[in-house]
Parts: sequence; C-alpha cells; structure tokens
Amino acid sequence: MAGMTPLVWSADKAAAISQQARLRLLRMHYESKVGHLGGNLSALDILISLYHFRLKPEDRFVLAKGHSAGALYVTLWSLGLLREEDLRQFHRDGTRLSGHPPLRGIPEIVFATGSLGHGLGLAVGLALGKKLRGEPGRVFCLTSDGEWNEGSCWEALIFLAHRRLDNLTFLVDLNGMQGFGATREVANLEPLAEKFRCFGVETLEVDGHDMAALHGALHKEDGPLAIVARTVKGFGVSFMEHRMAWHYLPMSEEQYLQAVREVRECGRLSAAR
Amino acid sequence: MRQAFCSALTAQASRPEFVFLSGDLGFKALEPLQEALGPRFLNAGVSEQNMVTVAAGLARGGMRPWAYSIAPFIYARPFEQIRNDVCFHELPVILVGNGGGYGYGVMGSSHHALEDYGSLLTLPGMRALVPAFDADLAAIVPSLMQCGGPAYLRLGLSEEPKGWTPPAYAPWRKLLDGKGPALVAAGPLIGAALPALAAMEEKLRPEVWLVSELPLARLPEEFLESLRRSRRLVVVEEHSAHGGLGQSLAYSLARAGEMPPSFAHRHAMGYLSGLYGSQKYHRAECGLDPAGIVAAVAPPVAPL
Ligand SMILES: [Mg+2]
Repeated sequence: MAGMTPLVWSADKAAAISQQARLRLLRMHYESKVGHLGGNLSALDILISLYHFRLKPEDRFVLAKGHSAGALYVTLWSLGLLREEDLRQFHRDGTRLSGHPPLRGIPEIVFATGSLGHGLGLAVGLALGKKLRGEPGRVFCLTSDGEWNEGSCWEALIFLAHRRLDNLTFLVDLNGMQGFGATREVANLEPLAEKFRCFGVETLEVDGHDMAALHGALHKEDGPLAIVARTVKGFGVSFMEHRMAWHYLPMSEEQYLQAVREVRECGRLSAAR
Repeated sequence: MRQAFCSALTAQASRPEFVFLSGDLGFKALEPLQEALGPRFLNAGVSEQNMVTVAAGLARGGMRPWAYSIAPFIYARPFEQIRNDVCFHELPVILVGNGGGYGYGVMGSSHHALEDYGSLLTLPGMRALVPAFDADLAAIVPSLMQCGGPAYLRLGLSEEPKGWTPPAYAPWRKLLDGKGPALVAAGPLIGAALPALAAMEEKLRPEVWLVSELPLARLPEEFLESLRRSRRLVVVEEHSAHGGLGQSLAYSLARAGEMPPSFAHRHAMGYLSGLYGSQKYHRAECGLDPAGIVAAVAPPVAPL
C-alpha cells in the first residue's frame, strides 16, 4: 500500500507538517552524522504533499531518486508509519533505514532504489499492470534532474508516452545540481519540460516548494503526466541552498543549530504571511 | 525450439496474469502467441533495460511477466536491472534468451551468449534452464509459469538424432549407457554428438548425462555410482569455463568428497582464430562438435 486516506487540503496544515518533517530530517541526519541533505531538502515538500494530501490506499509511489530516502523516511514518520526509534537507527548498524530505500520491512516502500534510472521504469510497470488488470489507482514516481542523464529514463519515457499510461504521474525534483556540478554544466537538459512535451507527455511546471501549486498538479488525473518541480537544493537552510557540498557533507553542531533556527524562523514567517 | 516455446506459452495464454514482453523480436515465430495474448503481448521496443525494469514493476503488481530477446541482449545489456529490480526483490520474472552460446553463428560476437547463465547464476535466487530438445519446453514452460522467483531460459536449436526420442524432461537425464567416463552435457549440442557417441564400443563409450537446470540440485545417486566406477568426468557446454556447468559440478563433487581424479572440461573459448562462421564452426574450434566430444571422452594416452 502506498498511503492512507489523504487529508483535506489546507495550506497551513501543509506548511506545518512540512516544517516539522524538515526539522526531523535535519535532526535525523545530524544525529546519524549523515550528509546527502541537499537533495532531501529539495524533495521533502513534494513527498509531504504527495503522502499527506494525495496518495490513496490503491495508489503507489516509487522514489526513483533513492538518495532522498531520508526525506521519504521522515515523511513516513510524519504519517505515523515509521517510529521515532526507526529514525534514530538511520544509517546505523542493524537499521531498517539504509541510505537508500530498503528491500524489506517497510510496506510503503515497494522498490529498493538507489541506482539512478530504474524508478521510472518500475513505476511504468506498476501502472501498466494496473491497466492490464483493470485496477484503480494511480502510480507516482519522483526522479531527480541529474538522473535524466541515464538512458534508461528515456527508454521509460518512450514507453510510457507510446502506451499512453494515463494512470501515471512522474515528477522531476529539478534542483539544478547533480553529483559533481550544476546540471547545466555537466550535461545540460534544459528545457527539460519541453523535451517531455516533444515526446507527447503533458507537462506541468511548478515551484516545488509551493505546497498549493504541488497539490494542484498532483491532483491532475489524466496523463501520462510529468511535473517538473523547480526546487532548491538544501531548501530552507540558507548556507546549504544551491551548494554542492551539501550533497555530501554531514553537519557540525553549530551548523545544525543554525539550520534548525532558520527552519523554525521560516515557519513563523510563513504563518505570519 | 522457438516454435516449441511459442506453442507451450500459447497454451498458457488464458492465464490473466501472464504478460509477454519482446525486445522487438519474434518475426515468424511468436505471432501465434501475440494473437493469443492480445494486449498482454507487448513489443517493448529496442530497449532491454526498460523492458526488464517494466517486467519487475509488472511482477510487483501481481503479473507473471516473461521478457524475451536474443540471448546476449536479455542478460548483458540489462544486467543491473536484473540484479536490482528483479533478483533483489525476488520477483518471478522469466528472462528468455534465444540462440544461447554461438547460436547466432556468423552474426558475430555481439550476438553470441557465452557467459549468460554463468553471469546470471551469481545473482540471488536466479535459476537457469537450458533445454536440449524441443519436447522439453512443454514441461519447462508450465513449471516456470508457477515458479516463485526469477529464472533464465536459454533457447537454442533442438538437435536430437532422427528417429530418436529423448527421455521425458528432468533436470538430470541419462541419455546413453556406457562403461567409459561419465560425460555430462548442457544444452542441445549433445544431441548432435549422440550418434557418434552411441557408435563407440561399450567399454569406451561414456555414460551420457544431460543437465538442464542450474544451480545444481542434489546429484543423482546413479550418476555418482557411475563416476565412482569410471573415476573420469568429462563436461561439455557451449558456455565459458567460468561459472558454467563444469565449474558448478566440480564444486558440488568436491564439496561432497566425490571429485574423481580425472576431470576434463570442453567449453566455449571465444574466437580462437579470430574468424567467424556458423554455430557448428565455432563449436568445432572449441572442440564442442561431435568429433571434439568423442575425442574428449577417449581414454587418456598412457604415459611412456
Ligand atoms: Mg539534482
């Protein structure tokens, strides 16, 4: 199963859940001395929006960008599907919560991803299976932007467009950064949305940290649908934003406290607005 | 063997969970299956990585996908997809490689599969089936349709001698009696060699065993007895030495304390001359043709 019955939409509720999850994500990575924060912070609002306000029990989700497992874990925690003690074990010996989504033990995680370029094809297989069996529900997949360097992503795109898989939505966490450089400098694919449209796939472009915009896009039912979500790597923590180092580095205590202050402050600002 | 494969699968077409993916192959072979399956026969295009990943997604949703291509394209190109998406998740995806070994002959090295089952058997839960005769497919296909995990099916050309009926399918089958060494073979090449082996005088003639499933299950007691008697083992297969039947069998025998003092292995050796030819031509270069197999089982030359 992918989710529970989704919540009724409320911008305030979405902002509050997202802020709590962001704080918990920072604490989890800090306590386990784990880096990879940048891409988790860019993906988090998408996952919160999807899991709290969109996914129904018959829907499925595949995290193609497995290196955002931390954001997925805190999202599942925010739904009560993972426990505090699970998060405390993140990255430690004997944990269920490996650095990339695990094979077993968490029913909501249907595929252990991590190698890029697999998740979209897996989502395509789930969506195709639903159509062949006449089953209800929609399949969602979140890819990274660097991931689109992988040829297998384009193979999946050709297939899903050709088969008109109208029960599939895939998203791109377009944070503009990848492993060792900016996407525009490594292997420029911009404008990515235009490329999807050239393949005949309806494509929406949204601000990936605007919960209301995400909510609207995620509720479109036809398709196949692509959502290019423009995000900020390290979103919410000023010294991490757009910095490649935070693809890798763990936080010092000082950095952690600063990050927490900023995320708390940001929540107060948006509440005042 | 493709026709027999197609017929056996077509007989399963009424299973609603059965879905067949082809990597843009099957002309003049798979049309009856395509017709029987309708929307559950999908030409996945020339994109083996995606085909295997989609098969994993289908299997995760409760379908029984078969993914088909020329042998090298179904295991080498999408190896990581097989490993991560299929095997790690223990999904019942059946990979079918047509023309294993040197089956595509003069088409060249890109189209040969000399390390298919050896590579795949390193993956968790993977099984390999190497039928030798057309009739084997009628037994193998329904059992694969029920199996609980991944499998690889290597197809070739059936080469049984005219007028000879192969014994009913089993993972181990004795094809020929003899008082010479134990000869264990994988794949159709043994069919071509049977007449020459049968013509050998009884005391030199090998006891011929055919193995069609890997990893090896329990070794048949009758085979072990024959081995204890002759103390000579010869293995032939159209596959690289590494990871093939010969190494698997030697490992099993060594672990069981049954390894005989004399062991010979005839296997694929790539492109010794650097020239190309038919499947027969490449087999002959590696000593896998009937003459080469007869030579391999001949008594060792006594030391001077
Ligand atoms: Mg990125």
